[in-house]
Amino acid sequence: MTAAATPIEQPVRKQSRLRRMRGGVGLHVVVIGLIIIWAIPTFGLLVNSFRPAADANSTGWWVGLFPPYHFTFENYAHVLGQSNIATNFMNSLIISIPATVIPIFVAAFAAYAFSWMEFPGRNILFVVVVGLLVVPLQATLIPILKLFATWGIAGTFLAVWLAHTGYGLPFAIYLLRNFMGSLPKEVFESAAIDGASPVTSFFRLAIPMSVPAIAALAIFQFLFVWNDLLVALIYMSAVNPDNLPLTVSIAGLVTSTGGGSEFLGAAAFLSMLLPLAVFFALQRYFVRGIVGGSVKG
Amino acid sequence: MDERVITAIIAVVGVPAVLVAYIWGTEQALRVVPEKMKPRIRPWLWMLPALAFLGLFLLYPMIGTIIASFQNTLGTVWVGLENYEWFLGSNDALSALKNNVLWLIFLTLFTVGFGLLIAVFVDRVRYESVAKSLIFLPLAISMVAAGVIWLYMYQYKPPGAVQTGTLNAAIGVFGLGPIPWLQVEDFSVNTFMLIIVMTWMWTGFGMVIISAALKGINPELLEAARVDGANEWQVFKGIIFPLLVPTLVVVGTTMVITALKAFDIVFTMTSGNLNTDVIANLMYKEMFRVGEFGRASAIAVVLLVAIVPIMFFNIGRFRAQEAVR
Repeated sequence: MTAAATPIEQPVRKQSRLRRMRGGVGLHVVVIGLIIIWAIPTFGLLVNSFRPAADANSTGWWVGLFPPYHFTFENYAHVLGQSNIATNFMNSLIISIPATVIPIFVAAFAAYAFSWMEFPGRNILFVVVVGLLVVPLQATLIPILKLFATWGIAGTFLAVWLAHTGYGLPFAIYLLRNFMGSLPKEVFESAAIDGASPVTSFFRLAIPMSVPAIAALAIFQFLFVWNDLLVALIYMSAVNPDNLPLTVSIAGLVTSTGGGSEFLGAAAFLSMLLPLAVFFALQRYFVRGIVGGSVKG
Repeated sequence: MDERVITAIIAVVGVPAVLVAYIWGTEQALRVVPEKMKPRIRPWLWMLPALAFLGLFLLYPMIGTIIASFQNTLGTVWVGLENYEWFLGSNDALSALKNNVLWLIFLTLFTVGFGLLIAVFVDRVRYESVAKSLIFLPLAISMVAAGVIWLYMYQYKPPGAVQTGTLNAAIGVFGLGPIPWLQVEDFSVNTFMLIIVMTWMWTGFGMVIISAALKGINPELLEAARVDGANEWQVFKGIIFPLLVPTLVVVGTTMVITALKAFDIVFTMTSGNLNTDVIANLMYKEMFRVGEFGRASAIAVVLLVAIVPIMFFNIGRFRAQEAVR
């Protein structure tokens, strides 16, 4: 780098130096190394879930990658056929979908009020909601369980839907309010001048414009509910084993000692299928929406 | 068709319909209210469902748990601080508390550290989106499935036998091990092994948010520094890092909360045995295996008290953020 370089030359040379640095071999080694480290655990389980139990118990998963190949579907067939995994899968769906839909509606109403209606105590109330983000679920379990028992809904899907709605709301309101609050003010003002009621503004303007945030919220809440163990374990398992979701039955497979461990991998992978499909299908919304809610300012 | 499926369909279609009808109904009902009063009443009607849920599922139980922690198991007799005295006198509880502190420090450090590192690195490669997806992917996996995945990683066979666990086979190449990772209590090695699983899951979360903040930094700022002769490390230390601090705090706070709430991984992988217990799992055991509701409530209150400073920090941060808006 000579100080005598002409003003025209300088940026060009800097540019090429920069590009060389961006593509440095060391950088690629580190990045690809990290990707491999992050992928190995999942990949190993995937390989093992397609290997016969005898192989998986006697040799590591990497041996299965080399000939002779012994891949088999028998673990998956066993899991799908013999245990009640199919019922649990269904239960997970029955739990997850309403527990995703309900909080989105409830949160959207509240977020709209927080964003576009003036009322005394608005900020303080919103601060309380943000504060509730960090309440530990564990601190709420016993009173709610007693409440559900009083209402006679302990162990029902309704109880789990309601609980997930309550637990998901602080984050849902926080995310949607941040997004709705950043929509252009003029749109709502001119709609009001044209005589649109808040209900019209909400359904015709706020909701359509908030689709990315709503999609992100839907995915996040779905993943949270689908992957939940604690809520289902507490409100469901003690009372009604027929309604258990997938996570609880897989957790049972893992903690129970002795036989059947070869089916764990297949069962775990089946439980991951739907969340992974959802994640890959909608990840751009997911990533964008979360960011919209979290890193403002 | 299955009765449960019908119930679910009713819930998915019916409940939103009821909610929409409710909002529409409030507007109709507001017609009888004098024009001046409308803006004062309307927001509360819109927030009523949310406030009802929050009050019922978060505020009310918090108060109930605090009360129950001063009562006996049946909730019939006031026992003063007895449950808390039990907590402080119990080795299990103190060990769980110590482990939670380890979780809090190292999970936060690891996820923020790796998240930052990876965000900065992948920013410079062309296959950034693929890399980010793969790092983020474990977050879409349930903690239970993650537990299964990592049981294979940590699997242990006696010395001399063929090692089928990835980690033991890997160190075996160098003539080391095998190590029963989840059974080594010295230096809390087994707890660290559990923290690593959570790190694997949550680094993607930190990475995504930090990466977004990184993209928000004005590239001209960095370019100007480079033109002035700053090397990449100086650019990072002097410009990128200071600008990322608020975001790192956001991610860090989230991870502190996640660490304090840690439950699933411990529950599935070790059940809290061999000194790996954490507060949330201990509470679960007291509540459902032992049936000690008073003690379980006291444990919950300890957790709550631990989170209060973070709650205030969160509120303070939010206020500052709103002031800038």
